[in-house]
Amino acid sequence: MSTLLAAAIVVTLACYSLAMALAVVRLLRGPGAQDRVLGLDFLYVNGMLVMLVLSIRFASNMYFVVALLIALFGFVGSAALAKFLLRGELIE
Amino acid sequence: MSTPLPLWIEVFVALLLLASGALALTGAIGLFRYGNFFQRMHPPTLAATLAAACVTLASIIFFSALERLPALYPLLINVLVALTTPVTTVLLARAALQRAREGNADVPPALAVQEPQPPD
Repeated sequence: MSTLLAAAIVVTLACYSLAMALAVVRLLRGPGAQDRVLGLDFLYVNGMLVMLVLSIRFASNMYFVVALLIALFGFVGSAALAKFLLRGELIE
Repeated sequence: MSTPLPLWIEVFVALLLLASGALALTGAIGLFRYGNFFQRMHPPTLAATLAAACVTLASIIFFSALERLPALYPLLINVLVALTTPVTTVLLARAALQRAREGNADVPPALAVQEPQPPD
């Protein structure tokens, strides 16, 4: 790992952290429930990207599996919340 | 890491990672600043499509150069995100539209559903 790539990874992770902070602000401010779900959705996509960048940083495949799981469970959570907003109940 | 990677591969990977960071930040700023929910739905997809594509391309190049054989498994992330993001987005948009109609907001009405005519 050269210093160039390590510095680029630090800058990228800082960008992701700032993006996640903005998404948390949107999550807390609302104004509607659908805006909060959108903030959560963006948050999990960013977490997945962080895991992928960490897999490059530590040259390990384990982080890739974590990213895959985050993508899968994030989709399940977001779809369940959106379905709940649509119908008021999950299982009819 | 036993052998160091060639410099041009590291530069390419670093540029792709910086591009994905900038794209994710752009999406977050759009999510933060737009005034309407239906406008706000657009920027986060930037992170799910272009930023994720940049990161997966960077990791494909990095691991292929590191292990000296093609490592295409990060494409799984792209496939998964491309399959799941539209589902969430459509469900969320329909929920928001329904809630806006129940609240008498200024949104277009539902399309009139035509009853199927019985055959004569």
